[in-house]
Amino acid sequence: MIEETKVLTSRIHKKDSHTLESYREDGGYEAAAMALAMDPDEVTAIVKDSGLRGRGGAGFPTGLKWTFLPKDRDFTYLCVNADESEPGTFKDRVILDLDPHLMIEGTVISCHALKSEHAFIYIRGEFCRPYRRLVAAVQEAYEAGILGDNVLGTGRKLDITIHKGAGAYICGEETALLNSIEGLRGQPRIKPPFPTNHGLFGRSTVINNVETLANVPVILKEGAEVYRSRGTEKSPGTRLFSVSGHVERPGVYELEHGVSFKDMLNDICGGVKGGRALKAVVPGGSSVPVLTAEESMKLQMDFESCQECGTMLGSAGVIVMDETTDMVWALDKLTHFYAHESCGQCTPCREGTGWVAELVHLINQGRAKSADFDKLIDLGTQICGNTICVFSDAVFMPVMSYTTKFRSEFESKLIDSAPVHEKVGA
Amino acid sequence: MATTEKTEVKFSEARKQEIERIRGRYETPRGLIMPLLWMIQDDYGWISYDAMELIAGECETSPAWVYSIATFYTMFELEKPIRYHLQVCNTLSCGLCGSESILAHLEDRLGIQAGESTEDGRFRLTAVECLASCGTGPMMQMNDEYYESLTTEKVDAMLEEWNCD
Repeated sequence: MIEETKVLTSRIHKKDSHTLESYREDGGYEAAAMALAMDPDEVTAIVKDSGLRGRGGAGFPTGLKWTFLPKDRDFTYLCVNADESEPGTFKDRVILDLDPHLMIEGTVISCHALKSEHAFIYIRGEFCRPYRRLVAAVQEAYEAGILGDNVLGTGRKLDITIHKGAGAYICGEETALLNSIEGLRGQPRIKPPFPTNHGLFGRSTVINNVETLANVPVILKEGAEVYRSRGTEKSPGTRLFSVSGHVERPGVYELEHGVSFKDMLNDICGGVKGGRALKAVVPGGSSVPVLTAEESMKLQMDFESCQECGTMLGSAGVIVMDETTDMVWALDKLTHFYAHESCGQCTPCREGTGWVAELVHLINQGRAKSADFDKLIDLGTQICGNTICVFSDAVFMPVMSYTTKFRSEFESKLIDSAPVHEKVGA
Repeated sequence: MATTEKTEVKFSEARKQEIERIRGRYETPRGLIMPLLWMIQDDYGWISYDAMELIAGECETSPAWVYSIATFYTMFELEKPIRYHLQVCNTLSCGLCGSESILAHLEDRLGIQAGESTEDGRFRLTAVECLASCGTGPMMQMNDEYYESLTTEKVDAMLEEWNCD
């Protein structure tokens, strides 16, 4: 029987956990004081040694990203990505709502490492209570001398500006987020140049996810070696898994990387709802390839194991679907989402996501022919990789995996439901 | 989209101070567009074309540019506010937990389809995409607040309360 490993979430069940007073009672900002006494490069080295990988989705090594900043830069921004929007993911909201100071401390330490004097926190517009609490926490930090012109008495300067989003999934893409802060439409930029060279207002910029930054005080406090003792060699540390769908106990759970999906499902989440059989699992947010029940039983929840299994750990948003789930209906829901959220900048995505959603909807309603199914696959192939950002890949992966792994369900809904593969091969 | 109805709109003294305080945080005047759109919406409940002209002046840009930003994001209200805006999440995780039946129940009770408002202008019903509350689906957002783990009984109780308001 496995249990949660509460490192980041050790405080969230306490009363008033979101306040500075409560945070300080548990040793809050001690790691920041320690870090600020060190050389910035030393802090970066510790984070690098910890093996911390980004928790937003891509899993890029955080310390390594920090070292991409040019040495001769004049001004540096840190942008905190709190625009949590990937369907099936709701863990950053927990940190923002219940322990905002943990993330602020992570920001203070990271800004020191990056030699940054100004951080923006881009928070999702719909997060009303988390927003209010974040605003209050930043205010508390200013009043306590943690932020401002004399950070923790060191004479260093740090401002945090909270920028509220207004409902656009794409602003979670880091360069769209930068454009959004600059008062442009939230549309991704062509890379290169990368944000570390040419980011917010043209300055060197690092963008990190909320959960990523929440790990930083822990790493400073316990050291890279202790931090690495949890999780796997290549995916160190714990992870906040958001579990939703057909499970007995959905929620956010903190577990070590490398935990088996089976144990997580049965021990932590109480198994599939109503004791029904498992049908499919999305392990890392709606954009990653879906797994069949059989595949998921062999899955370990770390970056490498997910990749070996032909999917991705992504944002660790785990969506569980039981035997009663109509997989065509499920893909219909997702493609509707992507068609709605395409920013409209690139033609293959703007036009393609609409077509894809329309075709999947037709199939789901039993009004499509096998030629429409072929067109769907063809479209998916044409959209993927032909746009400025990876949004198109995020559409392509569900479309290809659902239609491949649950092909018979799609075929059975076609008007001329002769097996599609025979037709394609003919 | 935005109505061209004439509206009286201005920033209060407190708002003006707030604007001056955050102006230095954005390296270009245009960076203030979203914060100012939020201020107007918080103060007036919606963003009129006149408000966009006001914002354009503060941000040294054109009203057309402000309009293009206001229409890009789904949360900016470009019509007069509705007392109760019910936004039911209808993405996959909530869908697996029965969001479609909640939506159908609300349509039935309010006598409108998703995307419509009631004739008295008190309720608007919208099917929206993921609100990052997947572990407590089905759920909806009513104005600023989240209402989670919904059942038809819970929805009925809420409607009763809001109808009496």
